[in-house]
Amino acid sequence: MIDGITHWLIGLGASVRAGVTRLGFATRFMIAVFKASGPTFARPRLLIHELYHAGVLSLIIVLMSGLFIGMVLALQGYETLVRFGATEAMGVLVALSLVRELGPVVAGLLFASRAGSAITAEIGLMKTTEQLAAMEVMAVDPVARVVAPRFWAGVISLPLLAALFSTLGIYGGYLVAVKLIGIDNGAFWGQMQAAVDWRYDVGNGVIKSVVFACAVSLIAVFEGFDATPTAEGVSAATTRTVVTSALVILALDFILTVFMFRGSAVG
Amino acid sequence: MFSSSASNGATAEAVGSGVNNDSPTISLDNVSFGYTKERSILSGISLKVPRGKLVAVMGGSGCGKTTILRLICGQHAASTGTVNVNGQSIASMSRDELFAHRRKLGMLFQFGALFTDMTVFDNIAFPIREHTDLPEVIIRDLVLMKLNAVGLRGTALLKPSELSGGMARRVALARTIALDPELVLYDEPFAGLDPISLSVVGQLIRKLNDALGMTSVLVTHDIAESLKIVDYIYFVSEGKVVAEGDVASIKTSNDPFVKQFVNGEPDGPVRFHYPAPPLTEQFAEARP
Repeated sequence: MIDGITHWLIGLGASVRAGVTRLGFATRFMIAVFKASGPTFARPRLLIHELYHAGVLSLIIVLMSGLFIGMVLALQGYETLVRFGATEAMGVLVALSLVRELGPVVAGLLFASRAGSAITAEIGLMKTTEQLAAMEVMAVDPVARVVAPRFWAGVISLPLLAALFSTLGIYGGYLVAVKLIGIDNGAFWGQMQAAVDWRYDVGNGVIKSVVFACAVSLIAVFEGFDATPTAEGVSAATTRTVVTSALVILALDFILTVFMFRGSAVG
Repeated sequence: MFSSSASNGATAEAVGSGVNNDSPTISLDNVSFGYTKERSILSGISLKVPRGKLVAVMGGSGCGKTTILRLICGQHAASTGTVNVNGQSIASMSRDELFAHRRKLGMLFQFGALFTDMTVFDNIAFPIREHTDLPEVIIRDLVLMKLNAVGLRGTALLKPSELSGGMARRVALARTIALDPELVLYDEPFAGLDPISLSVVGQLIRKLNDALGMTSVLVTHDIAESLKIVDYIYFVSEGKVVAEGDVASIKTSNDPFVKQFVNGEPDGPVRFHYPAPPLTEQFAEARP
């Protein structure tokens, strides 16, 4: 019995120590990425290449998801609003839901699944096949040449993808609310224009998406760089990227929402 | 000129007769290293590579040959002992000094390590573009010359995934010598090559070494090809130099280790089996 508890405590201690060590390594890695970011901006071709892979190739999934989520939001919203005779507020409901919450969060989750996993797998495989080691031996810093461009590509592309997600979502909501259900076109756009504040709603949504972009991009490049250089190691790292990113996005969303929209929630 | 490891220092002096032996390009002095604390890879190894020489390091699988190359290029730090290159200790180098050291060396990796997202041309152009300001026209000519040297000029626009293993190794060799480094480390350059390529690559390594005054360390299992091109050979086993000598002395050596290795004999001081309990004992364990 005592032996079992001792073993459990030893295991727990080892896990905590390993976790703290990894967190420390991730922090040092983040500092190294920032320090090595100069060449990324001095050689924009590297950044543009990664922006294409992380951003442009994620467009389809983000745009289609935004469109359908906006359409579903309008259908579900109508069911509730019609009970209170407030269907004119449909535009406000769709727009606020998207720009404040769904845009940054869902785009972040989609980005982590589509681009984050790809970044982790690519860097992990480069490590497994000694491409990163070859770069180091050629006196080329792999953090500057491989990691930093991918990190910044993520940081730049996710807020743009989130904005496009919200835009397509609002258009999807418009199609369902105005074209399908028949809500007045002027009421839909007019109420939205009056109720959505540029700085408070849109600005905070953009801040959220930038924070998520930093978190997801850092997790993706770190997991790839830290992956065990085997097939199963890369597979595990890719999985960790998606799972950790999702949890971090949701946790950060709660924290940011508390600070950003606390006033309106508490009244 | 053959010697056992006991006369290591005296023999190393003999290697470099007439080639600036006072300051060997590379020297490992009593170096120990292990990837984990429990398992030591190198234990007190010492060897010297004089300037301008082509030296082979041979030994069974897992004896620490590749680790020696990684220590020389500063990828790993020795646990004890010193690794000196051009008179400077790798351990004492700052990050900038280490990168300056690496700019003067080329390393051929065991599995090529070509960048899979680039074409063959871009792979070879990579170190040139990273470290020089040469115009693209000159880079193009340099890359084509290097590819021509390994017989693969026609593959310039292919991706590494479109090459066979042997071709990829030759492209990696072309990339290794792209900047005509002072010091070249070859990790199994002959693996996977057909007999013609093997001979051409062997001669290329020798010619490069002589024509450009390079210093080369060759890690290989290919005794026959190595004996044709190298100046000196170190045999490594269980993390130590167990024998060494020039080509003539190796060929006539009666040392049991050298004889077993050169003749590929199953019995001798080199164990074929990784350490394990007796087979009968393990069979008995599985029975109820």
